Amino acid sequence: MQKEASKDGSPREPVLSVQDVSYWYGEKRALDDVSFDVYPGKVTALLGPNGAGKSTLFSLITRLFDAPTGRIEIDGRSAAEQGFKALGPLGVVFQQPTLDLDLTVKQNLRYFASLRGLKRKEADERMNRALDALDMKERITEKVRSLNGGHRRRVEIARALLHSPKLLLLDEPTIGLDDPTRAAIVRHIHALASTDNIGVLWATHLFDEIKPEDDLLVLDRGRIVARGEAKTVVAETGAKDLGDAFRLLIRSAGQDVAV
Amino acid sequence: MTFMHFFRAFRGIVWRELLRFLQQRERFFAALVRPLIWLIIFAAGFRAALGISIIPPYETYITYDVYITPGLLAMIQLFNGMQSSLSMVYDREMGSMRVLLTTPLPRWFLLVSRLFAGVLVSLFQVYTFLLVAYLCGVELPAWGYLAALPALILTGMMFGALGMLLSSTIKQLENFAGIMNFVIFPMFFASSALYPLWKMREGSLTLYYVCLYNPFTWAVELIRFAFYLKVNWEALGIVAGCTVVFLALSVWAYDPSRGILQRKATAPAAAG
Repeated sequence: MQKEASKDGSPREPVLSVQDVSYWYGEKRALDDVSFDVYPGKVTALLGPNGAGKSTLFSLITRLFDAPTGRIEIDGRSAAEQGFKALGPLGVVFQQPTLDLDLTVKQNLRYFASLRGLKRKEADERMNRALDALDMKERITEKVRSLNGGHRRRVEIARALLHSPKLLLLDEPTIGLDDPTRAAIVRHIHALASTDNIGVLWATHLFDEIKPEDDLLVLDRGRIVARGEAKTVVAETGAKDLGDAFRLLIRSAGQDVAV
Repeated sequence: MTFMHFFRAFRGIVWRELLRFLQQRERFFAALVRPLIWLIIFAAGFRAALGISIIPPYETYITYDVYITPGLLAMIQLFNGMQSSLSMVYDREMGSMRVLLTTPLPRWFLLVSRLFAGVLVSLFQVYTFLLVAYLCGVELPAWGYLAALPALILTGMMFGALGMLLSSTIKQLENFAGIMNFVIFPMFFASSALYPLWKMREGSLTLYYVCLYNPFTWAVELIRFAFYLKVNWEALGIVAGCTVVFLALSVWAYDPSRGILQRKATAPAAAG
């Protein structure tokens, strides 16, 4: 596990540490010796084409699957050793929508708050705050079924933040949304990471969601082919922008595999 | 992880199931209409054709509608267990199962809470049916309505656990109806719900043994005896044992290292 210096120069512990993790579906290797850290207050973008292994990685971090090799630690707690207890500091927005369509926004959030052990009063206060920040407060009594895709996503983000997580996992949360909604969500998450000191792991394949100062991991065919600050990765490849850098990295990784 | 965390999570899971049930009025009416058709039409026809001799727990002659009532209660619970299973498959397909399974609580606790929520829903259906049956003239011993409650909780748990186990084997929602038809109707018909086992034995020895090894038979007998303030220990042991086995297999099936989610991961949608 590497330590990074904080703004005051003291070493910072990663809020998520993934070390030497591999995973197979039968004979097919989905993740190949993946290692990286996510730090508090930083957005780490996980960029990769479809089938790169992003969702598999998320399933391992959230313990939907067990990692057969390597080590995953969330806020210093080993997922293998501490099991479900390691999931305490985690907030997740899955790629697939996970809200109960027949319940209202409030009922959905209250249900989640109870799973996280929050008191009713405390849950209501946090719910109002989170929805307010996402401009969704006035829709609190509406059934989720009546909301559009963008609003549902905002509710999912509000839900993931209810218990003040230290680590937020976002698995392509803006998929299928229009550009203004995407931009609003990207802005909100970046602001949240720095104001609330949350570590964010954001899986995406959309380059415009990644800021130059974000940490970047490029995943291709289960392997990390580049890592570092997004602007540094772009500079190192000699590309003119992130899209170009990504294409170069994927092409070069493909040649490596072919060799 | 404190006791209050467990309590709040349990309350939340039960509350969500009740809310969903209240919003699905069709489910409630279907749950009532099905056994009422059996009670009012089927039992009326068979009342004349079938004679029920005095067998335990009955101490006097009873009418056929009184005889089949425990079987119909078990049928309500079996349908409810399967409905919960459908709901779990639906939750898995819709993704909300992931929210439950990524909660920092033990998986067995989450599944048992979910199971218990389903049992509460089934009890509501059972007692509503008993009220309607009473209004239709089916009278059971007064204290039996209370004495049967623990038996109904246990049988509800068994059917719920069976449904949960089945939900772990059903990979797609579309497969649900077919599998349910292979579970519900054979379990119901090959049991002591409609005819006493001695009558079955007269008709076919093979069928008699099928009924004897059917957990549904023992659930019906447990409920039947409980209404007459008696305990059928054999039935109690079998129902409790089946509940433990079905539940243990469900928890195993939903385990992250070997369960359904692991296998489901081979589906293209789950690979990112």
